[in-house]
Amino acid sequence: MMTTLLRQAFFWLLVRPFLLVVVGMHVRHRERLPSRGPAILVANHNSHLDTMALMTLLPPRLLGITHPVAAADYFLANRIRAWFALKIIGIIPIERTGRVAARDPLADVSRALERGEIVIVFPEGSRGEPEELTTFKKGVAHLAKRHPDVPVVPVFMHGLGKSLPKDDWLPVPFFVDVFVGDAMHGSHDHNAFTKAMSERVRALACEGKFPSWD
Amino acid sequence: MRTDLHGNVQIALAVILGVLVSASLVTRLLGWLKPDMALDEIRSRVRSWWIIAGLFGMALVLERGWALFFFAWVSYLALKEYLSLIPTRRADRRVLLWAYMAIPLQYLWIGMEWYGMFVVFVPVFLFLAIPARMVLIGDTKGFLRAAGTLHWGAMITIFSIGHLAYLLVLPSTVNPNGAGPGLVLFLVVLTQLNDVSQFMWGKAVGRARVMPTVSPNKTWGGLLGGMATTVALALACYRALTPLALHEAVAAGVMISVFGFVGDVVISAVKRDLGVKDCGALLPGHGGILDRLDSLTFTAPLFFHFVFYLYA
Repeated sequence: MMTTLLRQAFFWLLVRPFLLVVVGMHVRHRERLPSRGPAILVANHNSHLDTMALMTLLPPRLLGITHPVAAADYFLANRIRAWFALKIIGIIPIERTGRVAARDPLADVSRALERGEIVIVFPEGSRGEPEELTTFKKGVAHLAKRHPDVPVVPVFMHGLGKSLPKDDWLPVPFFVDVFVGDAMHGSHDHNAFTKAMSERVRALACEGKFPSWD
Repeated sequence: MRTDLHGNVQIALAVILGVLVSASLVTRLLGWLKPDMALDEIRSRVRSWWIIAGLFGMALVLERGWALFFFAWVSYLALKEYLSLIPTRRADRRVLLWAYMAIPLQYLWIGMEWYGMFVVFVPVFLFLAIPARMVLIGDTKGFLRAAGTLHWGAMITIFSIGHLAYLLVLPSTVNPNGAGPGLVLFLVVLTQLNDVSQFMWGKAVGRARVMPTVSPNKTWGGLLGGMATTVALALACYRALTPLALHEAVAAGVMISVFGFVGDVVISAVKRDLGVKDCGALLPGHGGILDRLDSLTFTAPLFFHFVFYLYA
């Protein structure tokens, strides 16, 4: 109860005003965002703000049933961060270390989808390191195959990585563009699904024209 | 709410409201009578007049602190839009933050009516602070371009737009006819009307293009017709809203007309340079604020210093 209240306060008093008023987001094809669960949102990942942005764009009544899937090794690293990640952000922790898991690593995510909840997945696996791309990419394909009726909605975001990049703590306002793609559904071929998904996100990126940033 | 709004300013605001209502009615009527006429451009213009008039009207009737906050917010949105459109260097994130921090300071000087600081802060101090902060970071690749583009943006979005706010806080000793709000109203209405009448005259009699490479829609017919209309309106309301004499009102009308045009095409040139204009459909959401304020970024400082030199 207390944490639910804190969670709502965190999003309504801090996250939403910051992202909607101070930063400013422009969403193309907003109507393609899911209006109810279950659903899987997949997006490119450059910033801690990515999760906040996706949770801000969904209708507020869905906040309670929206859970980002996030790396257990990073977000559960210490007690304070773990409390914040689990209770306030509402993450579903997942093991991304390569060792063979004793149990199904996607079990918790599957269960959330069965409860009719919305999960957010960043198939790149991390905000930067490309070497972690592959393992996670297939994760969405596995999920989609297990839940063929659950729509997978691809999203491309630009600007948040400039506002708060990985190695910095100080946010600098830049306008944010969000492009929402058509929903996809799971298939048996993991590689084909993963490829189609990344092509959709790339196609969304081409809808915008972005200045260089280096 | 401010309670000292001059009667003339109140009347002018009522007239503007009347004009907007009739403009909306006329476009609605045209849509019924001639369904095949292309009205999209007119409709979107009428819509943006409503927004501009609504916002500026609000700023005029708000209490001084809120009005300054409003203009500071406009500067912030314009700067954010500018910085999102131009190429920036990742290394300069903190420098950009300095440019953002200049906004509250500049509006603080305006609130204090500290003219000397207001007029040197962005052109001198920020001009020096930007490269000073950048050199601490130490990245020399693209240094000049980054310093130049950032300061240019600060001049347009903070310094130029700030003149609107300083105009607003000018006391009634400068302008007995409506004080600051009268001057702001005079400037904004003339600048906006000049845009519209240049567009309409251009449609009606425009032939020869003024600058085909920047803005192919701008014609000499539009420019001169717009100027005549703007000067006529300046003559119609200078007594009610400004301290200007007859010949000064004519000069102000010509100045606002010419430099409103220049501001418009300068922002067009910038957008063309950035490749935003060539996309066909402008990125929605980008091209909001700067597009609306393009002419004012030139007319506001020029009109301010015109009045300030003559009457302050």
